[in-house]
Parts: sequence; C-alpha cells; structure tokens
Amino acid sequence: MDRVMNFLASPAMKIVLLAAGILFPLVASSEYQIYVMALAFVWAIAVYGLNIITGYCGQLNLAHGGFFAIGAYAVGLLTVDYGWPFWPAFIAAGVIGAVLGFLVGIVSLRLKEHYFAIFTLCVGFIIYLLIEKWEELTHGTLGVISIAPPEGFGLVDFTETIPFYYLVLFFLVLAIWLISRISRSLVGRTFLAIRISDDLAQSLGINLMRNKVLAFVLSTTYAGLAGALLAGVVRFIGPDLAEITHTFDVITYLLVGGIGTLMGPLVGTLLITWITQAVQSFEEYRMIVFGPLLVVLVIFMPRGIVGTFLTWRGRRLASKAPAKQSASRVENKNSEEAGTHG
Amino acid sequence: MDVFLQQALNGLTLGSIYGLVALGLTLVYGILHVPNFAHGALYMVGAYVSYFIMVEHGLNYWVAMAGAGVVVAVLSVLCERLVFHPLRHAPPIHDKIAAIGILLFLEAVVQMHWGADFRRMPTPYTEIFHFGSLTLPAQRLLIIVGAFSLMGALHLYLKKTMTGSTIIAMAQNREGAFLVGIDANRVAMMTFAIAGFLAAVGATLFAPINLVYPAMGHLVIMKAFVIIILGGMGSIPGAIVGGLIIGFAEALGGYYLSGTYKDLIAFVLLVAILSIKPTGLFTKGVR
Repeated sequence: MDRVMNFLASPAMKIVLLAAGILFPLVASSEYQIYVMALAFVWAIAVYGLNIITGYCGQLNLAHGGFFAIGAYAVGLLTVDYGWPFWPAFIAAGVIGAVLGFLVGIVSLRLKEHYFAIFTLCVGFIIYLLIEKWEELTHGTLGVISIAPPEGFGLVDFTETIPFYYLVLFFLVLAIWLISRISRSLVGRTFLAIRISDDLAQSLGINLMRNKVLAFVLSTTYAGLAGALLAGVVRFIGPDLAEITHTFDVITYLLVGGIGTLMGPLVGTLLITWITQAVQSFEEYRMIVFGPLLVVLVIFMPRGIVGTFLTWRGRRLASKAPAKQSASRVENKNSEEAGTHG
Repeated sequence: MDVFLQQALNGLTLGSIYGLVALGLTLVYGILHVPNFAHGALYMVGAYVSYFIMVEHGLNYWVAMAGAGVVVAVLSVLCERLVFHPLRHAPPIHDKIAAIGILLFLEAVVQMHWGADFRRMPTPYTEIFHFGSLTLPAQRLLIIVGAFSLMGALHLYLKKTMTGSTIIAMAQNREGAFLVGIDANRVAMMTFAIAGFLAAVGATLFAPINLVYPAMGHLVIMKAFVIIILGGMGSIPGAIVGGLIIGFAEALGGYYLSGTYKDLIAFVLLVAILSIKPTGLFTKGVR
C-alpha cells in the first residue's frame, strides 16, 4: 500500500504518465478515442492556466472561458479572413491572450475577492456579447468555419488525428513542465503567499499588483494558446465557445482534480471527459450531476482528488514516525509542500 | 422630449425589476458576505414555477405569483441550509464555487423538464394606457407599482418589526448581533427566504413582457451584481438607486446609442466605475 502511494507521488510516476500518453494511440480502439483524448488535453492546458491564477494565486477568475474563446477566434479569424498560416496565428493568439490579460488584469486585480470574481464574470460576458454581436469582425452567430490546420511543413499532416494528438501532447507536456518550474521557483512561492494572505504577503515586501498581474497574464496566455489549439483541431468555432458554461466546466475539472496541485488539472479533466464520454446521452444534462458534484466537493473534499491524496499520504507518513516527533513534523511540512507541487 | 419620456418610463420598468433582484442579492451579501451567483437561477426558477401554475394549470396570475414566491423562498432556504451554512467557515473562494454549482444544477433541471425553448407567458392585463403622447401598457404599470410597493413593504418590515431589525443588526455587526442573542441561523434563513421571494415575484412580473427560458437569469443576475457594486454591497437603498440607474442607462443608451449593444452598457459602466474607484460608488470605509 505504502509502496503504491510512494510510487504515485514519485518522479517515476511522471515518466509512466508520459509513456502512457505516448502509447495511448497504439492501444486506443478507435480514432474517435484519440480525438477525444486530444480534445481533453487541449482543455487540460486551459485548466492549467486557470490553476495559476485561481489555484496558486487564489483569485477566482470567471472570464477564463472568454480568454479561451479569444484564442480560438484569433486563430480562426486570422487564418480564414486574413489568410495567415496557422503557426503565426497560433503565436498571435498567445500574444493577444497575454496583452488582453494584461489590460484586464491591471484594472481587475485592484479589486479583491468577491469584487474580482464579479468583475471577471462581467468581463467574460462582455467577451461573449462582443463575439456574438460584432458581426463584421467575428461573423456573429454563424461562427468561423474551415479554419486552417497547423502546417506540418511537408513532414507531418496535422489534419490526421494521430499527428495532431502528438502535437497537443507535446504542448501539454510543455505546459505542465513550465508550471512545475514556476511553482517551485520564487515566483510560484510568491503566488502561494498571496493566496494565503494578501496582507501578510504585502508585509513581507511582495509587490501584490505586479505578481497578481503576472499570474493573470500567464493564465490568459495559457487560455489563449489552448483556444488556438482547439481551433486547429475542431476547425469550426462559434460564439457558444465563450459561454459561461465553459468557464464553469474548467472550474469543475480543476476542482475535481485538485485546485493548486500540479497533476490535479490533468486528472480532473481526463476523468470527467471520459465519464462524460461513457454516457453520451448525458452530455446535455451533465450539469445535473456536475452542479451538485461541485457543491459536495467544496464541502467535503475541497482539495480534490490529488490534493486529498497528498494530504492523506502526508498524514500517514507523519503517523509512521511518531517516535521522532521533530522528524515527523519536518516530514509533515514537506508533504504539505508536496501538496502544492504535487 | 416625448421619446425621452417614453424611454425614461421604460427605464423605470427595467430599473424596478433590476432593483427587486438586486435587493435580494444585497441582503444575502450583507448577512453572509457571499456573492450568491445562484440568485439568477432562483429568478429563472421563479418564472418557470409561475409559468407552470398559470399556463399549464390554468390558475390565476396572482396565485401563480404567490406560488412561485413560496416555492422559490423554500428553495432558497434549502440552499442556505444545505450549502452555504456548512461552508460558513470555508475560504471565500469555496462558497462562490458552490453557488456556481447550484446555478448549474437548477438550470440543468429546468432545461431537462421544459427544454431550452423560449416560452411566452401571457398576462391578464393587456390594456394600454395613454397619457398624452406617452403609452404605458398595464403590465409595465403593474411592474412599477408592484416593485415599489414590495420595496416599501420590505422597508417597513426591516425597520418596524423585530425580526426585520435582527437582519439589519446582523448585517451591521455580526459579533454584536450574537452578543445580544440574535440567532444567526434564523436570520440567515429569513434573509434567503426574502431574497428568493423577491426574485420569484420580480421574475413573474417581468416574464409577460420578456420571455421565459433557462438562461433568462444570466443577464439579470449579472446586472444585479453591477447594481450592488454600484450601490455598495450590502446597502439596501444602494440597490434600489443602482437598479434605477442601470434601468435608465439601458433604456436611454439602447435608444440613443445602440440597440445591438444595449446589454453591454451595464457592464461597461461597471468596468468604468471600478477602474476609477475600486470599492464601488457609494461604499463607506476602506477595502
């Protein structure tokens, strides 16, 4: 039992996960499953973005789905209306996400807690309304069709599912790697300090505004790039992408997996995607289960699957060494830290 | 000038509905310091209950309104008991997420039972009054009169009755209210019941000149949030004044500026106000 637990928390586990990701297309029974997995990875990248600002930094951003849609529309409009190739448009989507994130961030992050959540809720809605009503730019309710797929430069054809799967997997691994670097760095610890207490962080000499804006820009860049990838794989987007339900989906994934943990976003996204797939007819009414699930989770399991696992493991390790009080305290502390790094 | 007055009258109608919804939201915020994102879903459920009683069972409009008020008040109290009460010591981010969970659930349930179609709710009052060149449909008059009498009744209840004063006391100072022996649970349940009732009545008043559909609460709740930020979160007069400001801004802006983007006006106002004054317009004290 302990061995299993230790293994699950060890670096080797990450290699196993990566191997599983690489081998998945070989064991998948149909191309459709690979497609679903690729889509789940795209969403997971967006969830990682939300995890930076909401999980690490503690600010509930309700405009995340809006930024995701902006990324998707950036690629869609640049390739279809302006004839850009995919990759420059992809980079542009990241830049647009970052710039808009910066602009929204410097205004909204002056607000605290509820005000910030309400403000971003409104920002998300403004994005949705603009996408739906500004027909000259966004094609309105018609959406954008036949978006250019990523160019493979003659080497690979990304209109095929399997190459695209590996492309998305590459970006997902890159995203997770970057987050794990950030969360271990001084910047990541600064975000945590802000989550625990604004005032305390400020009294330590942390520049609240600069760090919050940094976290916000990072998260919107992630959202923008994830949206860009979605546009590349689905190749049809409509204004419903900016609907608030997508932000709520992302929050559900994050909360189920474990808010503020490294592997939580991936676990939550994959789990819920595949549960939803298993009951296809359920798709439309998923919120009947997701809604109460969110409530039950925040009441009984606020740290999600990964967070709860790490806390549980930390407790076990601590109780294993009751004789060495001081040692166990150190260990406990380590596992708490592990809880934030996952 | 006539056009202006006509639009002002429309603004008054809109503003009274927004005010009713915002009042419930601000009361709940004053007591629990929870931004209840599920409030818009309660508003929507209110409209559907009225629709159910009136159209599907053929009962009187007023019976429908009372029925919706009671059902939604009970639902609102249930939310408080089952969700917000267990979370009262949790970090603030948790009850926001839980409120979103309730919102998603209620919407999905309504959509499963009634589908996503837009429905029309008839009104028994179809006369149109003329004052000079102004026209005022009876339903709009009913909205204005109904909303303001409810606001008046709420004011009397809060100021003149014992249970009303306990709500005010708890909003002013939680610990102080405990010290003088006020039962926090009772006050919280009472507040949620009132908020639910106001939302349902607001929805029943507004439904005949609008449509009934599962997402009808989205815009209203977001505007209600804009209103209570404008008027100061937790402030009762602020909610009413804020409601009227947004109502007028929308009616006049929708006519003089752009009809397509009229729903944006409230949010742009919010963004502008919060950019200049991050604590809202009428708030006292520091952040």
